[in-house]
Amino acid sequence: MADALLEVESLTKRFGGVVASDQISLALKHGELHAIIGPNGAGKTTLIGQLTGEIAPDAGSVCFDGRDITAVPVYRRSALGLARSFQITSLFMDFTALDNVALAVQAHAGHSFRFWRDARRDRALREPALAALAGVGLAGRAHMTVADLSHGERRQLEIAMALATKPRMLLLDEPMAGMGPEESARLIEILRRLKNTMTILLIEHDMDAVFALADRISVLVYGRIIASGDPDAIRADVAVRQAYLGESAGAAHG
Amino acid sequence: MSKSLTPRVAVNVLLVLLLALVPVYAALTGSTFAMTLFARIMIMALAALSLNLIMGYGGMVSFGHAAYLGIGGYAVGILAKEGIASGFVQWPAAIAASALYALVVGALSLRTRGVYFIMITLAFAQMIYYVAIGLDRYGGDDGLTIYRNSQFGGLIDIGDKTVFYYLCFALLMAGIYAVWRIVNSRFGLVIQGARSNERRMRAIGFPTFRYKLACFVIAGAMCGLAGALLANHTSYISPAMMSWTRSGDLIVMAVLGGMRAAFGPLIGAMTFLLLEDVLARATDYPNLIIGPLLLIVAIYVNGGIDGLLGGARRG
Repeated sequence: MADALLEVESLTKRFGGVVASDQISLALKHGELHAIIGPNGAGKTTLIGQLTGEIAPDAGSVCFDGRDITAVPVYRRSALGLARSFQITSLFMDFTALDNVALAVQAHAGHSFRFWRDARRDRALREPALAALAGVGLAGRAHMTVADLSHGERRQLEIAMALATKPRMLLLDEPMAGMGPEESARLIEILRRLKNTMTILLIEHDMDAVFALADRISVLVYGRIIASGDPDAIRADVAVRQAYLGESAGAAHG
Repeated sequence: MSKSLTPRVAVNVLLVLLLALVPVYAALTGSTFAMTLFARIMIMALAALSLNLIMGYGGMVSFGHAAYLGIGGYAVGILAKEGIASGFVQWPAAIAASALYALVVGALSLRTRGVYFIMITLAFAQMIYYVAIGLDRYGGDDGLTIYRNSQFGGLIDIGDKTVFYYLCFALLMAGIYAVWRIVNSRFGLVIQGARSNERRMRAIGFPTFRYKLACFVIAGAMCGLAGALLANHTSYISPAMMSWTRSGDLIVMAVLGGMRAAFGPLIGAMTFLLLEDVLARATDYPNLIIGPLLLIVAIYVNGGIDGLLGGARRG
């Protein structure tokens, strides 16, 4: 399995009587953009929670770069190069955009038991942070507090923070959620540029984005992957059309 | 960092000048009353400063902070009673004992949050309070008079009121500067990030617990030093110095002055203790006035008294 960066094997998670993840198996190759789609309540967020380590699976395993990380805690997965963005923007609201990204840089710049030097004047933190902001088109917003940024800008900031940790793989949890068409189009462009530089797992409702970006798509319904393949195969898949695309295509494109 | 003279800078400079000149006033009038009161204000400001570090910047609302004052004070008192008068032993012991206590309490409480954290810190402080009451050899409920100040081998004589006053002044200024450096350092940003969004801090790779614990221990050590000063100031220790109402007073000082403001704890301690002093002489029920006043500040003034000075603060 030398070519798989992330391998998920029979991952299972129950909440009471609900099976949120039902024997999920996935393999992501280096450099691939793999999208996971599925209706609300399909278990997408539960799946990403298990990949980042916030939720412990009942059974199954997660391997990253050939190493079993099923029991590795959240902060150490980040150190291994697995970064995520949050579905509901989860930022440091009272910090500036630049402070947010600089913290992400700092997280991967050795320990932080440094008590004296002004971290906001530390070029080793500020310069990579500015570069990450520029990468998502937010250089002009660096010194605004997050509370003053628009929704779309916060989503871009989410991605800048994930990028600033220099990850080997990016887990994006509905990055387009709540965005207008223009903001979505801009983000699709940003992701298209990123996609050549790293492996991405994209969980997304926006069908335009998914079909525009994904190398492969897996369809999650009631905690189970019912189909997996390239965009054309998924579009043609009868089970998928019945379970998902057919009933929500109108809504997704509305 | 701007060099312009904002209202905040002006007020803080005036405050420092005022504190520096109190002994001059005392010498001119021949009354040491103001010096005694202001030394106490600066000691409590040092304690409130340490609370501001964990509560204001770190979001850890400790409702047992007076325990450190008590531990620091008792370290001095107990050693004095046992014939060890050297401040070079007493004060490091006060700081170390407080730091150790902070390490234990922090290790057990920092995995909880919100009201549970408040209750655990309160419970530990109550435990220490009752331990002090049980120390019959050291006065039990009545407390213990310290007959000899901490001795610094001729280096300085803190028995001299003016010397002691300026020592408190120097330690408070050093404390304010140190906290300001700490909260803007890498370590400080981790602490502030954990207050703002701890889940995200972990997701980007910070093991937040150990940083919060370190911050808790730093604050405990600083407050233990304030306790050692307090014991020397009053020449007396008793369990009352760590009752839960004292912990409440410290929270009030920190909030009143303005959390996350460098001089907020000093402003808060000064306002609170001066009000208390003035009102105690004017009426039998000072709390009847202080209570509603605090309520007004809490409801209407975001950022405490420092917040009234306007302008955006960093961090």
